[in-house]
Amino acid sequence: MNTYEAVRIVAAREIRVKLRDKAFLFGTLFFLLFAVGGTALPPLLAGGPPSVAVIGTAPAALTAADFEIHPVADEAAARALVRDGGADAAVLGDGTVVALTDAPQDVVRALSTAPAVELLDPSGMDPVLSFLVPLFFAVIFFFTSLTFGLQIAMSVTEEKQTRVVEILVASVPVRVLLIGKVAAGAILALGQIALIAIVALAGMRIADTGDGLVTMLTPAIGWFLPFFVVGFVMLAALWAGVGALVNRQEDINAVSMPVQLAVILPFFGVMMFGDNPAAMKILSYVPFSAPSAMPVRLFHGDAAAWEPAVALAVLAVAAVLMLAVGARIYEGSLLRTNGRTSLAAAWRDREARRLAELDTAQG
Amino acid sequence: MTKVLRLDGVSRRFGDRQVLHEVSFDVTAGRMTGFVGANGAGKTTSMRIIMGVLAPDAGEVTWQGERLTRAVRRRIGYMPEERGLYPKMSVRDQLDYLGRLHGLGRDAVRRNAEELIERLSLGERAGDPVEQLSLGNQQRAQIAAALIHDPDILVLDEPFSGLDPIAVDTVVDVLRERTRRGVPVLFSSHQLDVVERLCDDLVIIAGGRIRAAGGRAELRAGHALPRYALTVDGDAGWLRDEPGVQLVDLDGAHAVFELAPDADDQRVLAAALSRGPVRAFGPVTPSLAEIFREVAR
Repeated sequence: MNTYEAVRIVAAREIRVKLRDKAFLFGTLFFLLFAVGGTALPPLLAGGPPSVAVIGTAPAALTAADFEIHPVADEAAARALVRDGGADAAVLGDGTVVALTDAPQDVVRALSTAPAVELLDPSGMDPVLSFLVPLFFAVIFFFTSLTFGLQIAMSVTEEKQTRVVEILVASVPVRVLLIGKVAAGAILALGQIALIAIVALAGMRIADTGDGLVTMLTPAIGWFLPFFVVGFVMLAALWAGVGALVNRQEDINAVSMPVQLAVILPFFGVMMFGDNPAAMKILSYVPFSAPSAMPVRLFHGDAAAWEPAVALAVLAVAAVLMLAVGARIYEGSLLRTNGRTSLAAAWRDREARRLAELDTAQG
Repeated sequence: MTKVLRLDGVSRRFGDRQVLHEVSFDVTAGRMTGFVGANGAGKTTSMRIIMGVLAPDAGEVTWQGERLTRAVRRRIGYMPEERGLYPKMSVRDQLDYLGRLHGLGRDAVRRNAEELIERLSLGERAGDPVEQLSLGNQQRAQIAAALIHDPDILVLDEPFSGLDPIAVDTVVDVLRERTRRGVPVLFSSHQLDVVERLCDDLVIIAGGRIRAAGGRAELRAGHALPRYALTVDGDAGWLRDEPGVQLVDLDGAHAVFELAPDADDQRVLAAALSRGPVRAFGPVTPSLAEIFREVAR
């Protein structure tokens, strides 16, 4: 059995266990419903144009704006129609606009004379979108890397807790276990967000709002996937490392705090500085925040064509370093059975190295 | 080359605690070797070194004269000290996983799994998650996990703890099948009576040092004192006055005594017969517990 095959067997078990886990399945289903709900539903539910009750003939501005006109006899009838929901608004003889709770912006706008507007930066984004899109990327990276990362840590601790790991290590190298777990986590996480991305894009296409959102999001999502995978792998080995430090799953939370912070702080960073191009530029190069910050900059059109490639390269280098760190902690603590292992002890532990040397040095 | 698993001068320290001192012993093909010692004597550390879970500071482990490599280790069936299987996986799934990880093909794993499930009477529970099984059944599942890849060597840490007597017999039968096929079996146990009944060879460890090792019969003979037991019909108190006899224990008609090196046991027997019927007479072989207490002191 070669290394590749062993990794495949380890990863296949992790994936199989996860696919049978009801919490995971419901979580994915929830995300998918969220994606459908967030994209396809609002335009479909928004219904047609607002309806306006008018006394006599409708003003030209209203007919031109394509409102649904309800002719009524007098002011009382107009007010009654608005009150019982038959119309969204009414326009009285003296030009007063009647509505139930809020001023009907679109009716007011249609009846007013707007000044001419000259946009200096015509690509400027809808403010709602420019808030929602960073949120979307940050939340997706935050949630998936936290849940799947924690999953890796728990799976490592489970093997240590139950001592299955001793049977495993006797047959395959420690590193094979680590790679198998990281690979399985990455495949599952990527599979989940790819599914969400596809559903979201399909939803937007079905509901096509015609404002070019799909075209603007596609490159951002296209880059998000490689950033996500590399960013996830960077943290995955660290998750495995902290999982190996403890003997009980209850202790994971305390010991994984540094890794959790490496996920949480970038999340808040991107949330807070989402509309600050200078800060976002820095965040898009910092490995921990790059997976969510760079797609946001791409979406806003703030990043030059070469920038994502460079940031991805920086991220990849960081990922290789973190993999080495995580692997060393994992190998240094996995087979220590007495209680909780400190980071320093795990870092200094040479057991795995010595075993590997024994393995290669033939009798 | 005889098929022998050998520990040769294996030492190991944890921090400033020397846990194993140049431990050497053999586990021979086709024999059950009992590994006995008090808690903390070094049994588990020795077994973990055999399994490549720990590295020795000095010495080596060989199989048929060659240092143990991972390829050979993959052919060992191992049962760790504290029980370990995936709690939420079914018995069948774990056997499948562990078998495949040990390099077996899909069909071979399935065949072995069904056979073991049948042999260890796990049939009805094989599809249930391990955590829902009784402790005894979890233990059987653990044994199945050690045997799933048809190992060439077995290293079992406390395989009988937690088993009821019937289950012990079932497991012993399964292990005997393996030794008949020439598999060497090393097993540790606290239950000296079980070891006494099962082992062909015995290794006694205390304080990280091997105190005694060898065939069970030879060990008992080697540790036998010049001690005899006699049962007569009347009172055996007259033994007190026999020359060369040192009474160890007297309980009416039953006596245990030691003989001086130059004394003749047959003369004592003749003396007893001259006083009346003799119901039993013979040398006393020490029990394993006695040998253990003696050498482990």
